[in-house]
Amino acid sequence: MNIFKSAKFRDALGGYLFLLPNFLGFLVFTSLPVLASLVLAFVDWDILTPPKWVAIENFIRLMKDHLFWKYVGNTFFLMMGIPIGMFASLGLALVMNRKIRGIVFFRTVYFLPSISTGVALCMLWRWIYNPDFGLLNSFLAKVGIGGPEWLSSTVWAKPALMIMGLWTSMGGYNMILYLAGLQGISPELYEAADIDGASGWQKFWNVTWPMLTPTTFFIFVMSVIGGFQGGFQAAYIMTGGGPAGATTTISYYIYNNAYQWFKMGYAASIAWFLFLVILIVTLFNWKYGGKVVHY
Amino acid sequence: MESEALKKVKKKKKLKGITNKTIFYILLSLFGISMIFPFLWMVSTSLKEPGEVFTYPPKWIPDPVVFENYSKAWRAVPFGRGYINSTVVAITVTLGQVFTSSLAAYGFARLKFPGRDKLFLAYLATMMIPGAVTMIPVFVLLRVMPEVLNKIFSTDFWSSDLYIGSFFVGKPIGIDSYFALIVPGFFSAYGTFMLRQFFMGIPKDLEDAARIDGCTKMGTYFRIILPLSKPALATLTIFTFMGSWRNFMWPLIVTNSMELKTLPIMLASFQGLYTTDWTLLMAGSIIVMAPVLVVFILGQRFFISGIRLGAIKG
Repeated sequence: MNIFKSAKFRDALGGYLFLLPNFLGFLVFTSLPVLASLVLAFVDWDILTPPKWVAIENFIRLMKDHLFWKYVGNTFFLMMGIPIGMFASLGLALVMNRKIRGIVFFRTVYFLPSISTGVALCMLWRWIYNPDFGLLNSFLAKVGIGGPEWLSSTVWAKPALMIMGLWTSMGGYNMILYLAGLQGISPELYEAADIDGASGWQKFWNVTWPMLTPTTFFIFVMSVIGGFQGGFQAAYIMTGGGPAGATTTISYYIYNNAYQWFKMGYAASIAWFLFLVILIVTLFNWKYGGKVVHY
Repeated sequence: MESEALKKVKKKKKLKGITNKTIFYILLSLFGISMIFPFLWMVSTSLKEPGEVFTYPPKWIPDPVVFENYSKAWRAVPFGRGYINSTVVAITVTLGQVFTSSLAAYGFARLKFPGRDKLFLAYLATMMIPGAVTMIPVFVLLRVMPEVLNKIFSTDFWSSDLYIGSFFVGKPIGIDSYFALIVPGFFSAYGTFMLRQFFMGIPKDLEDAARIDGCTKMGTYFRIILPLSKPALATLTIFTFMGSWRNFMWPLIVTNSMELKTLPIMLASFQGLYTTDWTLLMAGSIIVMAPVLVVFILGQRFFISGIRLGAIKG
């Protein structure tokens, strides 16, 4: 029997051919780079001169790098905006989940920042935060508050970025997800609650919130993964990572090390550290967060 | 038949409904105003004379209205070229990614071959890895590629500037080339995963019937699977296109010449040139943003339903 004509062989060949274009790209741009960056994490290399094997020295340096830990702290600080943003998105979705006229108009308005060019919004907010002539401080002055220096204050720069992030994302994807979640809840559950004489608040806590836990869990897990890798664009445009490193996040530090200072090895070791943190936190989320979810 | 209790509740609901509606409209409008105000401020600033922005209290209506900021911004950096770049990159990346992902997804979903499930697991695993990890080696690869190719073929073609007529199109390969902007975006584990999940849900009988009628594997893919997967393909298209259009870090690190920059990067460079020239900066931002907003507002139903589907499947 000729194995080249057997159905099994033809099936396998077909499978490989279908996979080939994607697999080549996967190899060149994903899986080999993952291995390469793992090797890079153990060398000292500036691209121009030959790489030098330094074993785990990059990681030892990383543990002792005060700046790095400060930037890890910044990243966590900015991530505190995640629950606030989720709360706002849920609130908006609850308000929007009505059959009233003009809802499409409002949805479009809330979604505008999500569809706008991020860099343009960052520039807009840099102007809004201008201490002397910006919109925000002018408004605060009107109600008798002397606004802070916002982006050039080590105290207020991070909250400023968080406020902007809240404004940008509150009516965006997460709200659409919550809206989809809300519309998936069977009306019978609410009717049953009505008959039992439940108040609006009780209905929220005993019907809406439990039924939304899968959505909440999904948004939370994805936002945390994104949060660890985030903060680069806004800081790059608005503060350059300053003042005094107050808005530099982990991803900004990787960017500086790799593409500004050409410390490829050190940058790779930070990237791998970041990966491990994300992995551990995500596994933790799945293990313990999964229990809260009501399916 | 509705029970008495339910009827009573519904009556009560109707009475409450009117006040509720008013409250909801007020809430919605308050949120809406807070969303719109910054945009209006942007437009207002972009139409002012440079000196007029430094007045207190700030004026909302520019006097005089200056449209010149727009033409100045347009001349300051080649935004037109930025539009061409962003559009070309986003379209090719989207086509490439939908093509390679859907082929691979079909392979994973329907064809049997040794090592299939292990390979699929490897794809899934890489979705957890931060972009920063793979970005560094790919950057290094692009950086050294031209010189290596030059040596192999003993030319200097691979590191030379290319022109089509007088139109600068960057290097053939490596940093500062369309290759670097486009090709790494062709492949996506996420797209493969999403489409595979969708393909798994398509009834197998249809393909079996086609097979019996003598349809090849390629034929079933084109004639059965793709037409039945329009919603999933549309979702992937929207996501990939928007992702490419908004992408910031990658085009930032692989472009040097202004002619090759995509819109976000060009806008960032523009800010670098006119740091506090607010009227000009806001005009530039609007130039970059406005057309996309118009497209979104026109097609918003399509966008939102695409996003929703992606959320349910993903």
